Amino acid sequence: MEDKENRTPGDDVEKVVAISRDPSASREWTARLAHFAETREKASYIQLFRHFAPKVKAYIIRLGLTEATAEELMQETMLAVWNKAHLYNSSKAAASTWIFTLARNQSIDWMRRQKYPEYELEDWHVGEDEGDAGEQSVLSDRMAEAMKTLPENQAQVIYMSFFEGRSHQEIADRIGIPLGSVKSRIRLAADKLKSVWRVDV
Amino acid sequence: MSIRHHLDEATLLSYAAGSMSQGMALVTACHLAMCSACRKRAQHSEAIGGALMETLTPSPISDSALDAVLAAIEAQDEPIQVETVRSKPVRPVDSDVPAPLTDYIGESFDEIEWKRIVPGVYYFDLPCQSGGVSRLLRIAPGKAMLPHTHEGNELTLVLKGSFTDEIGRFAAGDIADLDDQIEHQPLVDSSEDCICLVATDAPLKFTTILGRLMQPMTGF
Repeated sequence: MEDKENRTPGDDVEKVVAISRDPSASREWTARLAHFAETREKASYIQLFRHFAPKVKAYIIRLGLTEATAEELMQETMLAVWNKAHLYNSSKAAASTWIFTLARNQSIDWMRRQKYPEYELEDWHVGEDEGDAGEQSVLSDRMAEAMKTLPENQAQVIYMSFFEGRSHQEIADRIGIPLGSVKSRIRLAADKLKSVWRVDV
Repeated sequence: MSIRHHLDEATLLSYAAGSMSQGMALVTACHLAMCSACRKRAQHSEAIGGALMETLTPSPISDSALDAVLAAIEAQDEPIQVETVRSKPVRPVDSDVPAPLTDYIGESFDEIEWKRIVPGVYYFDLPCQSGGVSRLLRIAPGKAMLPHTHEGNELTLVLKGSFTDEIGRFAAGDIADLDDQIEHQPLVDSSEDCICLVATDAPLKFTTILGRLMQPMTGF
């Protein structure tokens, strides 16, 4: 967290949203992770590693950890991908979503020396499926598109939450608005981003 | 279990982002373990994180990273036993303790060493890092918690029994997700003790003289 204070809140907003995405790529990575989970083929894992490891490291660096720590936590995250792949359910989450949660948990566990409370410890397979495998990837891609249409003050609170790990109160203090305003901006943004799940695929 | 009070969208996002205190994340995870509706919403919040991670410019990784991870995989004692892990029960079905909380108190409320605040009102502090309050409260039928407001957010999850406050009635699985706009005084209206898991991201502010006098003693 050491260099957090030197950044302007949301200062990388433009850089983050400007990158174009191949709309079919997310679906392919989800299929590849599902395939690896079934077969445990090393070749599939290596492809997943080459794609996701640099993304995971970039995310951890954004949280404010050093390059060396980010490298270590990235390797731990990718090891968890191998060890927990049998828990992955492609009807519930895109590959990027699942790997993001592994990276988030590794980072917080390291920062707090305490395990991040997870709501479905080992039972990603329990409970109703959300739809066809791959559907979540399509929806994630649509959401990434919707992200580009967020007003800047809403995008800012989303980035400060996910990339700087700031609580609602820290965001309020940082940008000088009441706590309630932070929460309403987050609600508006989340509502817009999640609207993709409310329309038919 | 029919749950009537759910998590605020802003709380779910903060949980998904990993940007709330450990205590608040624990309460959130416990509600999610009990509420399938919010679980689905949480997965969508986490998808925001996944999509954001995909938009990042990749960071250069060490040339030896892949070899190091493959070596670590080789060095693991046992190959992953897919079927045995898959069929492992998550927790005993008859436990009142939500799975995320078992890491802190085990499978039962019976072994907890409660501390008394006033007759009929007990608490147990959980060893959560990263600030704010994180505790279990046990309140006898007919007793009330002291009226208070908050500097910041407060989450109260009912695990057993029920209470009523200015907002409504809260039974097992219900969560009161409040911010600094609210002053409330929960009153236990069940015939058994009400056990709640409470977390704040800042100390509570009591609104009566008694509460303010009690505060230094109870640590609330």
